[in-house]
Amino acid sequence: MDIGIVELSRLQFAATAMYHFLFVPLTLGLSVILAIMETVYVMTGRPIWRQMTKFWGTLFGINFVLGVATGITMEFQFGMNWSYYSHYVGDIFGAPLAIEGLMAFFLEATFIGLMFFGWDRLTPVKHVIVTWLVALGSNFSALWILIANGWMQNPVGATFDPMSMRMEMTNFFDVLFNPVAQAKFVHTVSAGYVTASVFVLGVSAWFLLKGRHTDLARRSIAVATSFGLAAALSVVVLGDESGYEAGENQKMKLAAIEAMWETEPAPASFTAFGFPDQEARETKWAIHIPYVMGLIGTRSLTTQIPGINDLVKHNEGRIADGLIALDALEQIRAAKGMATPELKATFEAHSANLGYAFLLKKYVDDPRQATPEQIKMAANDTVPHVWPLFWSFRIMVALGFAFIAVMIYFFWKTNFRGGDYPRWALRAAVIIIPAPWIAAEMGWFTAEFGRQPWTVDGILPTVLSVSHLTAADLAITLLCFVALYSVLFVIEMGLMLKYIRKGPIDDVELTDEWMARHNSRLSKDAEIQPAE
Amino acid sequence: MILHDLLSLDLLRVIWWVLLGVLLIGFAIMDGFDLGAATLLPFVAKTDAERRVVINTVGPVWEGNQVWLILGGGAIFAAWPPLYAVSFSGFYLAVFAILAALILRPVGFKYRSKRESQTWRRNWDWALFVGGFVPALVFGVAVGNVLQGAPFQLNEFQMPMYPGPFYWKFLALLNPFGLLAGLVSVTMLVMIGAAWISIKTTGDVQKRAQKAGTVAGILAIVLYILAGVWMAYGITAYKIVGEIPANGPANPLLFDVVREGSWMDSYAARPWIWIAPALGILGMIGAVFGLRAGREGTTWISAAIGIFGVISSVGLPMFPFILPSSIQPNASLTVWSASSSHLTLFVMLVCAVIFVPIILAYTSWVYKVLWGKVTAEEVTKGHSYY
Ligand code: HDD
Ligand code: HEM
Ligand code: HEM
Repeated sequence: MDIGIVELSRLQFAATAMYHFLFVPLTLGLSVILAIMETVYVMTGRPIWRQMTKFWGTLFGINFVLGVATGITMEFQFGMNWSYYSHYVGDIFGAPLAIEGLMAFFLEATFIGLMFFGWDRLTPVKHVIVTWLVALGSNFSALWILIANGWMQNPVGATFDPMSMRMEMTNFFDVLFNPVAQAKFVHTVSAGYVTASVFVLGVSAWFLLKGRHTDLARRSIAVATSFGLAAALSVVVLGDESGYEAGENQKMKLAAIEAMWETEPAPASFTAFGFPDQEARETKWAIHIPYVMGLIGTRSLTTQIPGINDLVKHNEGRIADGLIALDALEQIRAAKGMATPELKATFEAHSANLGYAFLLKKYVDDPRQATPEQIKMAANDTVPHVWPLFWSFRIMVALGFAFIAVMIYFFWKTNFRGGDYPRWALRAAVIIIPAPWIAAEMGWFTAEFGRQPWTVDGILPTVLSVSHLTAADLAITLLCFVALYSVLFVIEMGLMLKYIRKGPIDDVELTDEWMARHNSRLSKDAEIQPAE
Repeated sequence: MILHDLLSLDLLRVIWWVLLGVLLIGFAIMDGFDLGAATLLPFVAKTDAERRVVINTVGPVWEGNQVWLILGGGAIFAAWPPLYAVSFSGFYLAVFAILAALILRPVGFKYRSKRESQTWRRNWDWALFVGGFVPALVFGVAVGNVLQGAPFQLNEFQMPMYPGPFYWKFLALLNPFGLLAGLVSVTMLVMIGAAWISIKTTGDVQKRAQKAGTVAGILAIVLYILAGVWMAYGITAYKIVGEIPANGPANPLLFDVVREGSWMDSYAARPWIWIAPALGILGMIGAVFGLRAGREGTTWISAAIGIFGVISSVGLPMFPFILPSSIQPNASLTVWSASSSHLTLFVMLVCAVIFVPIILAYTSWVYKVLWGKVTAEEVTKGHSYY
């Protein structure tokens, strides 16, 4: 295996996925906030809410198209850069991706046009339904992609088929109701809601500082804080849920996040701070908080969490076992369907560890020829780099608690202190606008980098997943992506700032006329739906 | 799950082969007309107001249309994983060119009219042109190469490999037959794009679109016939020899394939597939006459029928081949050797049966709501327009 290709492919995936995820969280959250605002408009008929919907909707649109533009890359990238991965697990992994298209992208993309172009063509009730459908579509899309991603972390409902040389689905419902996917969905979607709330809060705070559009800003803050407080709580509570899943399924990831070199007697302590040293396998300057890790990881006080050193030893055994499976597999494939039942039975007995034998592909072409040295090295490879995980996780968690504090403060000021915000608080709200993006990127980094050296946990190593490309292929596309994406990012930021500065469009200045039209439209709806 | 045994594996494989065709045709018709319209943008619209009109003819619908492509990618991944793995990495730089062009498109539509500057707007107009023209061309080139076979191998673990330096893998795609197929694709999509613009506009823009569409349509017919003759006499076909385990595991290496004869042999063996090229040519002729006569709705439908016929006339004679290999024919991907498992095909079919009618229902509702001409007045006054 050419490690350069693997590194370049990883870099490219990480760059494009993390870029995609700059736009995704705002879409997820802002679509729901828009729908809430428009619902208030339809229920109260007050034009300011319509103006708010349109103002935030413009920013939503500017963000949305980049989510689409970068998402197309993601959809094709698996085949382009990860072709053996696509062959090996496409039977399971492709299904949620296709369902995402059927169920989510069509919904969201078909109605978003109408959402922007349909203001004068639809009654208010129909229009707000369209807005809700867009929000629903975005959130469905997150559900299905995270079912796909969750399967890579916890590959359930599938088994290896020697004749087609790939994983095949055995139970769709196991894939669908994968507990890791569900935890991921709730956590990631809540993260999107927090992102949008912090964004709306920050931009509105800026308006208040400038003394502009204060009506719009105050109402927007009211929505953002209520929605944001719920979301911030849910991110942290359900982030903890994520930790629990990692404990059950990805012990190595959890141990690395915690820099837990040795197995500790239960319940393990949580290292709040420290400098992990991978070579020496110890954490310097560590500050421990007793019990907390055990609680997050296992939800109990008595279950042990294994440390890194024990896991490495365990994995060495799995590699040896995997080699038996690999040997049987080679013979089965050579027999072209004529394999003896004994051979098949041998394979079945050891196939759970086949992926571990593939780890040796990094060192030898035929893993069966591996030396004990190489087996040791491969077992060591199952430890991800500890310090980046350790720190990215802690940044995310710290920000998570900070968001709760911010939301509680503004919620309290809004609802119990008559919206009397001190200037320092408004400034702080503007400054923290980028923070949720940092938290979300750190989260993805933890989840994905912590999965190394696997693309599909315990099944397919990253070194084996790549396409048969040359470094030149990858270098060209990587450079072009970076150039194209950077230019688009600058343009996007420019437009965002321009439209924030411009503020809401005064298309509702003729309030009386608007109210008249609105009421006549509402009565039209009422004819259709007498329940209104 | 026992349910999936209701449909046998070979039947599911054929159903998914048909659905693959439906998706590609759906993409070529639905996204095709907005790719075509974007290609025509700099030529049929001269002033800024005219350009905004043309952009807004597809403005509210192109996003939904583009999902045909995204779903196509997802469905190939789910139903034909080896095809997804081999084609996207084998045609690497070509796929990247499509991607880069498609990345410009959403941004172009949304950002173009968000600043007053004329340079800004003119640059985005060209970006939109590239976003329409390049995918239209490259998709056609890809189809031309699929007919000839692609240079890939599968090793003993079914890992796809492509020998040769990277630039050659790209340049080899641009062979004369591939380029001809690319031109057929561009002219065909420009034709249907023109038909769409002529439905949605009035006056000068409509007239220019009708003129451009007529020329494109005539070119499409001529180039298509030329490509057909070339395929009949100049392109070697592929055949499976020996036993065909239609219900076997998805492993191309279990088949014996030779490279011989012509794809026209399929037309001789199954004469009913002559319907496809006939529909292709008749549809395009209908579109050309419709554009000249200034008819609107029927023109677009004829163009769509033409595209349906042209694409079917490539897929049907190739059956059961999906992507032959020119350097290791035994690695060729076929309907019998490149599908997902029985269960996955079944689950995906259930999903398609549930969701496709729903999608078609709400899509038609949206088109109905948006029905009517786009006028310059509307575009320059309304805030929500591009
Ligand atoms: C559906 C699957 C899927 C999904 C939803 C995501 N990823 Fe992922 N990610 C992969 C599937 C994957 C992958 C194909 O499996 C990669 C490529 C190499 C690897 O090991 O995993 C990967 C690698 C990868 C890496 C590089 C890790 C490394 O090379 O060490 C990062 C930083 C991310 N991803 C980040 C993200 C972000 C920000 C996502 C949000 C959009 C995201 N991932 C969603
Ligand atoms: C790595 C796997 C991913 C792939 C293949 C992928 C694919 C795509 C594609 C093709 C689009 C464009 C759809 C359109 O035209 O409407 C898109 C947009 C979107 N994706 Fe992703 N995506 C990935 C990761 C994610 C994740 C992890 C999430 C959410 C948690 C997500 C949420 C969204 C949302 C909400 C959109 C709507 C457009 C926008 O973001 O502004 N995606 N994605
Ligand atoms: C106390 C607070 C938090 C805890 C305990 C927490 C916990 C976690 C854990 C354990 C993971 C990794 C899951 C895995 O390994 O697969 C994760 C991932 C992630 N986190 Fe957090 N998190 C917190 C706050 C936040 C915040 C504030 C955000 C963003 C606003 C965020 C966004 C994400 C994202 C996007 C991912 C990747 C998707 C996923 O794996 O679910 N998290 N989080």
